[in-house]
Amino acid sequence: MTRFVIKRLAAAVFVLVSISILVFLIFFATPGVDPAARIAGRNADQLTLQQVRATFDLDKPLHIRYVSMMKHLFIDRDLTSYVNRGAEVLPQLTQAIPATLSLVFGAAIIWLLLGLILGITAAGMRKSWVDPAIGIIGIIGVSLPVYWLGEVVNLITQGRLHATLFRWVPPLGYVPFTESPGGWFLALLFPWLTLSLLYAGIYIRVIRSEIVSLMQEDFIKTERAKGAGEKRILIKHASRMSLITVVSLFGLDFGALVGGSALLTEVVFGIQGVGRLTFTALQNFDLPLIMATVMYAAFFIVIANAIVDLVYAWIDPRVRRG
Amino acid sequence: MSQEILRVNNVSRIYETSGGSFGRKNKVSALDGVSFNLVHGETLGIVGESGCGKSTLGRIISRLDTPTSGEIIYKGNDIAKKSLSAMRPLRKEIQFIFQDPYASLNPRRQIGAIIEEPMRIHGMGKDERRARAHELLEKVGLDKNSYEKYPHEFSGGQRQRVVIARALTLKPELIIADEPVSALDVSIQAQVLNLFKELQDEMKLTYIFVAHDLGVVRHISDRIAVMYLGKIVELGSVEEIYNNPQHPYTKALLSANPRIDQSAKSTRQILTGDIPSPLNRPSGCSFHTRCPIAVPECSTREPELRRIGAVDVACNLVV
Amino acid sequence: MAEKLLEVKNLCVSFKTRKGVVRAVNNLSFSINHGEVLGIVGESGSGKSVSMSAVMGLIKDENAEITGEVFFNGEDLLKKSDEELRAIRGKDIAMVFQDPMTALTPVYTIGWHIREQLQLHSDISDKDAKARAIELLEEVGIPDPEKRVDQYPHEFSGGMRQRAIIAMALSLNPKLLIADEPTTALDVTIQAQILDLLERLRKTYNSSIIIITHDMGVVSELSSEVLVMYAGRMVERSTKSSLFANPQHPYTKGLMNSVPRVDRARTSRLETISGQPASLLNLPSGCAFRNRCPSAHAACTEQPTFISDSNGYGAACFLLTEGVRS
Ligand SMILES: Nc1ncnc2c1ncn2[C@@H]1O[C@H](COP(=O)(O)OP(=O)(O)OP(=O)(O)O)[C@@H](O)[C@H]1O
Ligand SMILES: Nc1ncnc2c1ncn2[C@@H]1O[C@H](COP(=O)(O)OP(=O)(O)O)[C@@H](O)[C@H]1O
Ligand code: SF4
Ligand code: SF4
Ligand SMILES: [Mg+2]
Ligand SMILES: [Mg+2]
Repeated sequence: MTRFVIKRLAAAVFVLVSISILVFLIFFATPGVDPAARIAGRNADQLTLQQVRATFDLDKPLHIRYVSMMKHLFIDRDLTSYVNRGAEVLPQLTQAIPATLSLVFGAAIIWLLLGLILGITAAGMRKSWVDPAIGIIGIIGVSLPVYWLGEVVNLITQGRLHATLFRWVPPLGYVPFTESPGGWFLALLFPWLTLSLLYAGIYIRVIRSEIVSLMQEDFIKTERAKGAGEKRILIKHASRMSLITVVSLFGLDFGALVGGSALLTEVVFGIQGVGRLTFTALQNFDLPLIMATVMYAAFFIVIANAIVDLVYAWIDPRVRRG
Repeated sequence: MSQEILRVNNVSRIYETSGGSFGRKNKVSALDGVSFNLVHGETLGIVGESGCGKSTLGRIISRLDTPTSGEIIYKGNDIAKKSLSAMRPLRKEIQFIFQDPYASLNPRRQIGAIIEEPMRIHGMGKDERRARAHELLEKVGLDKNSYEKYPHEFSGGQRQRVVIARALTLKPELIIADEPVSALDVSIQAQVLNLFKELQDEMKLTYIFVAHDLGVVRHISDRIAVMYLGKIVELGSVEEIYNNPQHPYTKALLSANPRIDQSAKSTRQILTGDIPSPLNRPSGCSFHTRCPIAVPECSTREPELRRIGAVDVACNLVV
Repeated sequence: MAEKLLEVKNLCVSFKTRKGVVRAVNNLSFSINHGEVLGIVGESGSGKSVSMSAVMGLIKDENAEITGEVFFNGEDLLKKSDEELRAIRGKDIAMVFQDPMTALTPVYTIGWHIREQLQLHSDISDKDAKARAIELLEEVGIPDPEKRVDQYPHEFSGGMRQRAIIAMALSLNPKLLIADEPTTALDVTIQAQILDLLERLRKTYNSSIIIITHDMGVVSELSSEVLVMYAGRMVERSTKSSLFANPQHPYTKGLMNSVPRVDRARTSRLETISGQPASLLNLPSGCAFRNRCPSAHAACTEQPTFISDSNGYGAACFLLTEGVRS
């Protein structure tokens, strides 16, 4: 197992370095495009261009440019946005990361709990009205667009009812945990619920159908022949086995969300998160910021996948190989 | 009359599998120095337990797979390293029949089209193809109106007949059949076995017949090769192998076969232990971990297949 | 003699499907005594597994209809609730299935599975259960059981898994073991080991065994009594020796002659049963074997009754009654 962990982590580092090279090449070595002009932004004067060339070592060979870029990104952390008139890039990112992580982590806990509880219940009560009822909840969750749902939630909680029923809801925006844990929680509560509803819908359906098909497996027949009760078979065997699927799905979803896919939720609820940051960066063609956010997204997706693989090995003995 | 059609010389096949570890590959020796010859019109049966390399051998001879080393002399030419395009004309003559009659037919095509496909590939005219398909359907004992049916409308035995008909389209000389009756019910198995025999007499076919059922192999074969972990351990005529087995593995295999007549039960001999994985084949004689008569020397000295009396045997102790 | 351990009377199982009603088991009646081994043979789809699943109360399909009586120790199992049946399953009647590769939950160790079986029916501590698991593995011939007990199913070979499953099935000393094609997925030399193991354990535990198979050889190795099924019906029931020496039903005869036998002289042609195995959706009226039977005649458009002697031995074929009459 230890060897497995070490190997998996080494692979993750390898992938990260590869991605950084790839991203670098795309933005800084596209033939026929002057990266300096791009970084400096539209209508930049000669002076700025020269300054850009100097800081990014753009006159030097490719590999030195790469090293210089990485140095600015990770070691000196002084990558500056020219489009945005000299704002440093990394502080923006370090402010955005906790917001996005808080949003996605909280939502993930909610949707996993909902997905597991309702998915298992639906599969276990397939012959009663409960299953179709849960199925409808799932469909509703999947079919409500996050943006629309968020606006509706805001309309209710921030609108006229804000004065009465929803007085306790803070105004839109993110409150850092370190500032006020209570405020953090309240500010994120509705974003969490909104974001998790969509995923809960998906997970309920996936978990239910996974368990239903697992219940046809031979080992379930063996369990029945052993005299095990249906509830035990459902929980200890079918649900336990379904975790294998859940974990791999979760890894993908979590990685994507942390990497920026929570954009819509961030926008509706006014949270300055990574998704929003990336979006603004792309809009302004702010190359240093794009580079930083892409690297960040890759980093989290790769880390999430490495963790998933480790959890995977932990819950499925068949993949634990030396 | 007995004219050699095939000679297999010291053929080996090593598969490299990624054992889940980084970079490092596991080597599976699926076939290890297999040699035998085949005479026109005869049937060579190949028996052995799962994973011993029967299918690999079949695939290699029909060149669906390439040996790592060794020669396959078909009618005087070595086809072991021939390219796919160089093999094309020979594909007509060497046909391969798979075990699973369910998986080997395209469910969306009519039986007629399935049977005609090899002829189309080899550029035969439409009318000629159709006539031949009808002739073959009749030959394998299927109804004329099967031509327009789809595979799912047939039972396993009938599907295997379709597979056989397809193999016969180009008038092959050598047919390699990999467990062609294993998936069939006993009563149907007998029908298909009879069909194999009839076709052989009629069309002068040569068969390599892979099976794990000892009764089936005995029924269909003239000579038998017994395999264990990628090697032939005994090779001889049916009579010799079944009446007078020499290799300890052949003996054990025959005695393990459940018998309807229980009077011979006292001689029953049961091998201990599992079949070792080809991933870590035992040293020396690979059977020594289970051999009831093994001596210490067997774990170091690898026996050669050599002629002893009327059969070829690979055992240090048989003289 | 002693009272019957299991007595099945007029068991019928049918499934409603979109293509019509499938009568998978039709009027099956048989019994088995303490310490006996009964072999059930038949081609695939003849209803062997379904009938045994019905006996165990394991058919969960809502489109299934089960009628008849299944007396075990004098009580009708078909009248029992699932909860009552659960107390019997695994304890008094144990079952082993065909494919050892898929029969165990992959995420639990072999020892866990055996411990679960023990704890489902008795108050045994984890520690004692594990010790017992090691003992059982040792008994079924798994080398190094202390280490093996903590391994996962995928770390066992097919033969070893089937041994472990048999160990689990016998852990509570059941009165009846139902083995559904326990060796079909295994190689011959491993099959011989398993059959030998079953025989040895039967003697130690004095359990009765029902072994389902399509292999006449396997029946012959293990059982004292044989029941032959065709298209959901019992067509012949006999002792092993008289069945092999003197089969009564044309289907049994055909089945025995179509197997290429190692212990007989080689023939150039095998005798065959013509036609295809019966499709339950499309059976001929009367005797289901009629369209394949070499002796079929006018009377066979009716359903032949099963003519049996006082032991329940006999066959369902008009040739028998007509023979008596003439
Ligand atoms: N759930 C089901 N719904 C419909 N038909 C079924 C169902 N289960 C079994 N059958 C049918 O019942 C018949 C008997 O099935 P069974 O599994 O007992 O056959 P078997 O003799 O054990 O065959 P095999 O050797 O292939 O396992 C088959 O025709 C099968 O298709
Ligand atoms: N493509 C492959 N890659 C790796 N190993 C293989 C491959 N094909 C066959 N083998 C291995 O070679 C051995 C012989 O296989 P095969 O010829 O299929 O056995 P069988 O006698 O059951 O037909 C087995 O151990 C099998 O796992
Ligand atoms: S060489 Fe030795 S181990 Fe191998 S079969 Fe002969 S006696 Fe047995
Ligand atoms: S009843 Fe008639 S058709 Fe059926 S087995 Fe007997 S002779 Fe054959
Ligand atoms: Mg094979
Ligand atoms: Mg079955």
